[in-house]
Amino acid sequence: MTASVLIVEDEESILLSLEFLLGKEGYAVTTARDGAEALRLLEQSVPDLVLLDVMLPLIDGFELCATMRAMPALAGTRIMLVTARGREAEIARGLALGADTYLTKPFSTRELMDRVRALLASPRTSGA
Amino acid sequence: MLSGALIVVLSFAYVGLLFAIAYWGDKRADAGRSIIANPYIYTLSLAVYCTSWTFYGSVGRAATSGIGFLPIYLGPTLMAALWWYVLLKMVRISKAHRITSIADFIASRYGKSHLLGGLVTVIAVLGIVPYIALQLKAISASFSTMLQYPNTVASGSAASLPFLQDNTFYIAMLLAAFTILFGTRHLDATERHEGLVAAIAFESIVKLVAFIAVGVFVTWGMFDGFADVFNKAAASPELNALLFQGGASGNYTTWASLTVLSMLAIILLPRQFQVAVVENVDERHLNKAIWLFPLYLFAINIFVLPIALGGLMHFPPGTVDADTYVLTLPMSEHRTWLALLAFIGGLSAATGMVIVETIALSTMVCNDLVMPILLRWKFLRLTERPDLSGLLLGIRRAAIVVVLVLGYGYFHLAGEAYALVSIGLISFTAVAQFAPAMIGGLFWKGGTRLGALLGLGAGFLVWLYSLLLPSFAKSGWLPITFLTEGIFGFDLLKPQQLFGLTGLDDISHCLFWSMIANIGCYVGFSLWRRPTAAEHSQANLFVDVFRHVTPGSGSRFWRGSATVADLQTLLGRFIGPERANESFAAYARSQGIQGSEQVTANAVLVHYVESQIAGAIGSASARDMVASVVVEEPLALDEVMAIIDEASQALAYSRQLEQKSRELEAATNELRGANQRLQELDRLKDDFISTVTHELRTPLTSIRAFSEILSDNPQLDPAQRSKFLGIITRESERLTRLINQVLDLAKIESGAADWHPGSIDMREVLDDAVTALSQICKERNITLDLQMPEKIPAVMADRDRVTQVVLNLLSNAANFCDKPDSRIAVSLVTEKSALRVAVADNGIGISPADQAVIFEKFRQVSDSPAGKPRGSGLGLAISREIIRHFGGRLWVESTPGRGSTFFFTLPLQNEAAAAQAA
Repeated sequence: MTASVLIVEDEESILLSLEFLLGKEGYAVTTARDGAEALRLLEQSVPDLVLLDVMLPLIDGFELCATMRAMPALAGTRIMLVTARGREAEIARGLALGADTYLTKPFSTRELMDRVRALLASPRTSGA
Repeated sequence: MLSGALIVVLSFAYVGLLFAIAYWGDKRADAGRSIIANPYIYTLSLAVYCTSWTFYGSVGRAATSGIGFLPIYLGPTLMAALWWYVLLKMVRISKAHRITSIADFIASRYGKSHLLGGLVTVIAVLGIVPYIALQLKAISASFSTMLQYPNTVASGSAASLPFLQDNTFYIAMLLAAFTILFGTRHLDATERHEGLVAAIAFESIVKLVAFIAVGVFVTWGMFDGFADVFNKAAASPELNALLFQGGASGNYTTWASLTVLSMLAIILLPRQFQVAVVENVDERHLNKAIWLFPLYLFAINIFVLPIALGGLMHFPPGTVDADTYVLTLPMSEHRTWLALLAFIGGLSAATGMVIVETIALSTMVCNDLVMPILLRWKFLRLTERPDLSGLLLGIRRAAIVVVLVLGYGYFHLAGEAYALVSIGLISFTAVAQFAPAMIGGLFWKGGTRLGALLGLGAGFLVWLYSLLLPSFAKSGWLPITFLTEGIFGFDLLKPQQLFGLTGLDDISHCLFWSMIANIGCYVGFSLWRRPTAAEHSQANLFVDVFRHVTPGSGSRFWRGSATVADLQTLLGRFIGPERANESFAAYARSQGIQGSEQVTANAVLVHYVESQIAGAIGSASARDMVASVVVEEPLALDEVMAIIDEASQALAYSRQLEQKSRELEAATNELRGANQRLQELDRLKDDFISTVTHELRTPLTSIRAFSEILSDNPQLDPAQRSKFLGIITRESERLTRLINQVLDLAKIESGAADWHPGSIDMREVLDDAVTALSQICKERNITLDLQMPEKIPAVMADRDRVTQVVLNLLSNAANFCDKPDSRIAVSLVTEKSALRVAVADNGIGISPADQAVIFEKFRQVSDSPAGKPRGSGLGLAISREIIRHFGGRLWVESTPGRGSTFFFTLPLQNEAAAAQAA
């Protein structure tokens, strides 16, 4: 069965690259350009993985992450934070809010795909 | 029994010995080898407290009232325990202010008041005269006893003799001569008399030895030791009652009032003030005197009861006056030499007291009574006389004679009616009137001149009315009805039962009412009126003396000018030109100045001269004298306020501390503020770096991702390939622009930017910018409109930079235009002193909150419906810096939903030049 991935990213060109990379690998990809749009989509269908940019307009990645973890339906959904601000404190905050892993921009496309595959292969232990 | 000639020769020999000792003491002092500079001599000089009243009177009192003689010695013993604080304070103050008498002390404490000094002097003279009379009476009585024994009952008959045949009169004159010789040899600012103190100390030894010798003789010669004396006395019913049932020793009130009186007397009696305070060489001597003096009192009292009991048992009742037991007991046993020793002891006790007391009184009379009056009588032209020292000495010598004559007069008039003890207590009660003003003045800053004057006056009047006048009445000098019926027959005004108060002895009664009047007036009137500045400053100097002891402390309150010559002449008038020269030389030495001609007339010198003169004529007059040669500059109101506020160094010190702590606090706050600003700057810098990092990483992310995609997917179709390559190119440009802008802004902010100012035509700048943007606008269907006047003045600016600003505003406007009928209107107007450019769009507008922050670095309007705003977020920040650099202003006005207008101004050329110059 094809895994589904939601990409939340406000930077058009980055979104395009992520969409291309994941689509080519065969994942079912949906995209959102801000937090509100992402929440709308999450209410309609539950993805296996969310790639989440931290610096989003209106609702930022941290807030969205926390909201998602409060939604029981999304208990099995993995979250990968993609951040351009690689500060340790921010990474720690993201992980504390329920993200499963993180990736710093700019990233290697191979590393991105390896991490996505690994994350989807391991079952998520919800509520950890 | 004894030849009068022998006694007279012996007396003269003894007085001659005193002369010798005093002379030797003065010589040693002049040679700088003081013999009195040790605590033992100091203590012995304090024992001048023990007069003939102690020597003869204690035995007399013990014979009639058992241990009733004790309170007079218990008081000083108790007081000695407080000396380390009370007496030390008096000594410290007196040394600092050159105070030479108790009148001077009290006058000085309450703002250097002439009136107060005079009143204290009058009270002291009137109060002490009976006491001096008492000494004369004792000498006279002992002399007759020696001559007439065993016909002793007729003692005191001398008082009825005409004075030329009365040896008491000659004794008084002899004492006057001795006092004049050694008490007024010369004038000295410190008013110390080393030779005299040596003689007094010697007398204290003599009287102690004599009394103990008699005591030993009575106890072991006539009886078989203390036990024998007391056992035999206990066997006699009357003596048993006297000893063990209290006898007539007086009730509790009498004990209490006598103890209190003698506690006060030991510090307030003029002679005690003289020896304890004025003659004090070193205040550390007090430490030993505190226990040595009570020891002396104990020693001189230990044989009082044995002698009294011995006398009572030895002589048939009524045959011998108990006051003479010290002499008559040895006489009755034919111990002539012992009796003579006792006589000399009594003479010692009496002469010591008379000499010191008259010196103290003469100083007061001269400094606080006569001189202030003489100096006020302008017609005497005293202030113009070159040398007043002779006059001063004359006044003092006269005062000595007058005091002794007064004492003799009182002895002649009232001496017969009273026992020694009672006369002494009248004096004690008089000097006790100084207590409220004195002790209050030492410890209470609120005491005022008015309170002290009225308190002293009231207490003195009560004393006069209820104690002194009755003593005259009892002597028959006033009608006795004065006592029994009161003045004018008013019952309530009976002098010894005032307002119906009965049941107290005379002394307690007088002490009670006089202290009520005295303390009541002192406290009441002190609280009624606020102290004046002068009183306030003196109060602080006295009460807080331990906190500031430097003698120069008074100088702060003086401002003015005087010449050194004037001051030296002035000092010379009072202490003699020679001593004035010496004094100025000493001053020069103390100030570390080579030779007195180098001395300058500053506040310290004026204060020094004033204190030197104060020694001669008292502090209040000294102030007036110095004021006469010093042209004092009037103090301004604020200076007076400053004096009041800073009257004491303690106050000033605490203010300094407060000031320092305020400064410290201010510095701390400044540091804290600076630290906060630094932290804020640090945080801003971190934010800036973090933001720049983010802004750099975003295009880099796209570039890397698409580069890898292109590299990993060679089979991509050409359309996709060229799209991805286009993205890479655009993002690279974005990256470059961003880096340039960051560097640009950093340069502008650090002032390192390159500016190329010149006279520019704004019309050309706007034309160029609009042309540059017109293609993009056409693509996006945006109408671009430019409105300019035909002719405008030139402005001074960097053309490229201003073009950069206009382009930035235009591209921002284009970016925020999303409607089909979008339009951008550029307009240029000439204002009074500047050109104003407006770039208006009809786009989405900017909320008021965002208007406030869009000019900050990387602050972009984030809620644009078109997604993430384009641009680096540095454009407006840079634009504002550029416009500001040329003296203009950049701002925005906007209504959300209806569009925004960005304005900037550039000053016209002359203003621009001014801005550049500034």
